[in-house]
Amino acid sequence: MSHHIVEVKDLYFTYHDGTPAIRGVSFRITHGESVAVVGANGAGKSTLLHHLNGSIVPKHGEVRIGDYPITKERLKEVRRTVGMVFQNPDDQLFMPRVFDDVAFGPLNYGLPSNEIEARVDKALAEVGALDLKNRSSTRLSAGEKRAVSIASVLAVSPDILVLDEPNSDLDPRARRRLIELLKTFKHTKIIATHDLDMVLDLCPRTIILAEGKVIADGNSLEIFNNEKLLKRSNLEKPLRMQECPDFGKQK
Amino acid sequence: MNIGSVRDDALYMDELSQKNSPIHRLDPRAKIIASVFFIFTVLSFNRYEIFALISFFAFPVFLLVSAELPVWYLMKKVIIISPVVILIAIFNPIFDREAIFVLAGTEISAGWVSFLSILIRFFLTAGSVLILLACTGFYEVCMALERMRVPPIFVMQLLFLYRYIFVLLDEGSRMVRAHALRSFSDKHMGMKTFGSMLGNLLLRTVDRAERINCAMLARGFAGSVTMHRRIKFRASDVLFVALWPVLFILMRKYNFSGLIGNLLLVIVK
Repeated sequence: MSHHIVEVKDLYFTYHDGTPAIRGVSFRITHGESVAVVGANGAGKSTLLHHLNGSIVPKHGEVRIGDYPITKERLKEVRRTVGMVFQNPDDQLFMPRVFDDVAFGPLNYGLPSNEIEARVDKALAEVGALDLKNRSSTRLSAGEKRAVSIASVLAVSPDILVLDEPNSDLDPRARRRLIELLKTFKHTKIIATHDLDMVLDLCPRTIILAEGKVIADGNSLEIFNNEKLLKRSNLEKPLRMQECPDFGKQK
Repeated sequence: MNIGSVRDDALYMDELSQKNSPIHRLDPRAKIIASVFFIFTVLSFNRYEIFALISFFAFPVFLLVSAELPVWYLMKKVIIISPVVILIAIFNPIFDREAIFVLAGTEISAGWVSFLSILIRFFLTAGSVLILLACTGFYEVCMALERMRVPPIFVMQLLFLYRYIFVLLDEGSRMVRAHALRSFSDKHMGMKTFGSMLGNLLLRTVDRAERINCAMLARGFAGSVTMHRRIKFRASDVLFVALWPVLFILMRKYNFSGLIGNLLLVIVK
């Protein structure tokens, strides 16, 4: 199934004010892979992710989804294939009620109205948020907002899921639930995060960005054992890989 | 008025609209049509009319009672905005001094009569809009407007206004708190601080708007927001839309308050 492939070739992007954000990034992610994109603040993670569904048009180089480059004509199809979960759920949930938010995508893609309800229910059930259906988006907790954000993306049945810091504002329990949820998805997943422990749970492969360039791309465990590399990109070994000193021992 | 209370008010109004009364169950379109009819009839009276307007309180009172809405709460909300109207209407007694009738030996000028008339109309119209929102809900009103073929751009404006007013209020109150915590002696912020805070808020809003736009495009937005709801115009809705406007027209044509007053006088005699 070639349409699950994400390929970035020699990508460059500079902001209007001249700040370079992406400086020659290339990688290829194949069907069903789960890949973490990590790096310091301002390393270019979000900017890179925004390229993947055509929200940002590259200044140089190209992004290919399913072996075809993203073009203006293909935008609608690309955005359906690549489901994007934004960093801030308040940006993602713009409709009055949870139902409307989850129905937004399917309605725009012309799903017949008698199927809308079933589709919304299915997406909400997948993230365990069916009981939130008629709630107002303003009144959800951070964890609930995150779940609904994901449901709103699942509702259009994307093949590739892109998540931008999906657990940045979650409490430990909600974070754990999110991880368990993401584990159940069979999609190709690309996750930008600072939470390297979550990466260990979800992503066998990691790409490290620093100053807009890929400085490492490979097996997550191997990368996290390379302390020099982690230090260079303002990261720390995942907690569970750090040697535990005398913590908790009775003296 | 602090920012938190505005938020609570909006949330409370939202809660009210979730009740389940016969009025709540009416099709939003029926309520909008009747309310618009009501407002136009009330506004169509000449500017010295007072007594004929009194009978129009029947509509808001009917809604308040049958939708079990908190009367005093909604009343307070109308009173809070009334100074604006008073400020406009107060010029009438000043410029229009011609005596129009005598009440208990005092001459009442036309200005005062029109002043009172404006106030009554304000209470009727603003009150009815508030009641409409309280027994229908903001989103349902938006959705009904969309179905009634109001241009989508206006409906979208309303929708987003209501969705993001909470986010904006939160952001605003965080900024105010941050300022309060770091300004130890001055209770009031100077123009300069206020200006830069407002500018900052605007910039944040623009950024957020951009991100929301991105999120919308990412889910296939192509210019119009469709809201999926099964709403049906039922017999009760038809009845509601048919009866009230007819009553409004009758009340406009015949002075009900006068008629009832005369009737009472006859009975008393």
